[in-house]
Amino acid sequence: MNIDFTSTIPYIPYILQGIIITIQIAIVGAFFGSLIGFLFSLVSHRKNFLGATVRGFIDFFRGTPLIFQLSFFHYGLPQIFPGFLPTAFQTAMIIFSLNSSAYLAEILRAGIEAIDKGQIEAAKALGVSKFYTTIHIIIPQALRNVLPAIVNEFITLTKETSVASAIGVQEILRRQAIVTGTTYRPFEPLLLVGVTYYVLIKILSIFGKMVEKRLKYDSSSATI
Amino acid sequence: MIQVAQLFKQFDKTEVLKDIHMTFEDGKTYAIIGSSGSGKSTFLRCLNGLENPTSGSIIIDGVDIVKNEKELPKLRQHIGMVFQSFNLFEHKNATDNVTFALMKVKKISEDEARKIALAKLKEVGCDHRATHFPHQLSGGEKQRVAIARALAMEPSVMLFDEPTSALDPEMTVEVLKVMKQLTHTGMTIIVVTHEMNFAKEVSDTVIYMDKGEIVEIGSPKEFFEETKTARARQFLANML
Ligand SMILES: Nc1ncnc2c1ncn2[C@@H]1O[C@H](COP(=O)(O)OP(=O)(O)O)[C@@H](O)[C@H]1O
Ligand SMILES: [Mg+2]
Repeated sequence: MNIDFTSTIPYIPYILQGIIITIQIAIVGAFFGSLIGFLFSLVSHRKNFLGATVRGFIDFFRGTPLIFQLSFFHYGLPQIFPGFLPTAFQTAMIIFSLNSSAYLAEILRAGIEAIDKGQIEAAKALGVSKFYTTIHIIIPQALRNVLPAIVNEFITLTKETSVASAIGVQEILRRQAIVTGTTYRPFEPLLLVGVTYYVLIKILSIFGKMVEKRLKYDSSSATI
Repeated sequence: MIQVAQLFKQFDKTEVLKDIHMTFEDGKTYAIIGSSGSGKSTFLRCLNGLENPTSGSIIIDGVDIVKNEKELPKLRQHIGMVFQSFNLFEHKNATDNVTFALMKVKKISEDEARKIALAKLKEVGCDHRATHFPHQLSGGEKQRVAIARALAMEPSVMLFDEPTSALDPEMTVEVLKVMKQLTHTGMTIIVVTHEMNFAKEVSDTVIYMDKGEIVEIGSPKEFFEETKTARARQFLANML
């Protein structure tokens, strides 16, 4: 078998440093994606200008490929706005945030719709304000309802950061290609990249399961 | 006192309440009966503003809530409501179901709210379920916790919308017992119910509704023994 790590070994640290970029994009995307997605989920059903705008935005990000969104932002927009020159890394952080916000908004909206309206009426009948009802009744239950879907979205996001290599972001997959360019051995660095992604995703899903377990309601668990 | 006059409610094109007039005296117990779809729930839900009347007036302690929507949140603190489907907060245990509005609406401290919650849960015989979540409770327990939740706000009026319709007979008895206790506390109690015995034995006044109208109002004795209208007689005949 033609496997030989000798020429790849010196580049392993270089490749692995790409994980930091991968993780940075994933975390920024997950954080701002959640934040924006959350805000969008609260207004996306509204039958007004704001609601329609948000729905249009979500539709765009779900309706076009990620690689198009990255390219459009990185190469397309600078042609129209000459002063606008985002780096590939900046582009990735922005597009991954917006892209995942669109998916998360849809997920959270579904979670909100799934809550039995009776509880919201009960809160209203007790004189509880809309704000408190949203914060303490709707959101915690919506989150629990859709937690598996959210974890799933974070996993997808982490995997898809690899697409950023196409616009030149120096994340782990891109580094593999660069190393292969000098060693002419694609198999060894690819194996390393595959294992790294796998471990990263495993950690994420185990973490997700733990959170899900903690959020189960029974008389022994803490309450929100 | 709650004075309802010329109350109309339309959903789209259908008239659900037609010219309702009714005065609820303080401290009395009212049973609203009538066949399904006659507008009982809609009427009850107008009384705490969960439904917006199309026209008319509902004057509660001098304030017309149809014209003063801004007063509703404040007013609702004094009007408790219990639903057929319990509507407990699924992610909160029994105690937290009760303390929630005490803390968020009445701004009572958590310690104090817990004390009140425990006392109210005890009143309805559910103190041994204080840390149970709704999905761990029987239907009767859920409804009693829901009653405790409403009572904790110390309302002067309690609205019940078919509180026992989702319960089997045994649990119905538990819940009716708790409701019966409330009739001696000076609260105004308005119950939509299919429990004719409860209407007969516990209420001061029976209100019979049909097709969005109040057809007959009377004491239980008058209503059940000297039924005036043919429609009410027909309804009672069908109930037996
Ligand atoms: N939100 C609503 N939208 C449209 N129609 C409704 C709504 N709520 C009730 N209705 C209609 O109003 C009528 C009276 O309903 P309801 O007050 O629930 O009657 P009851 O409680 O006596 O069974 C029914 O015909 C019902 O279909
Ligand atoms: Mg009803």
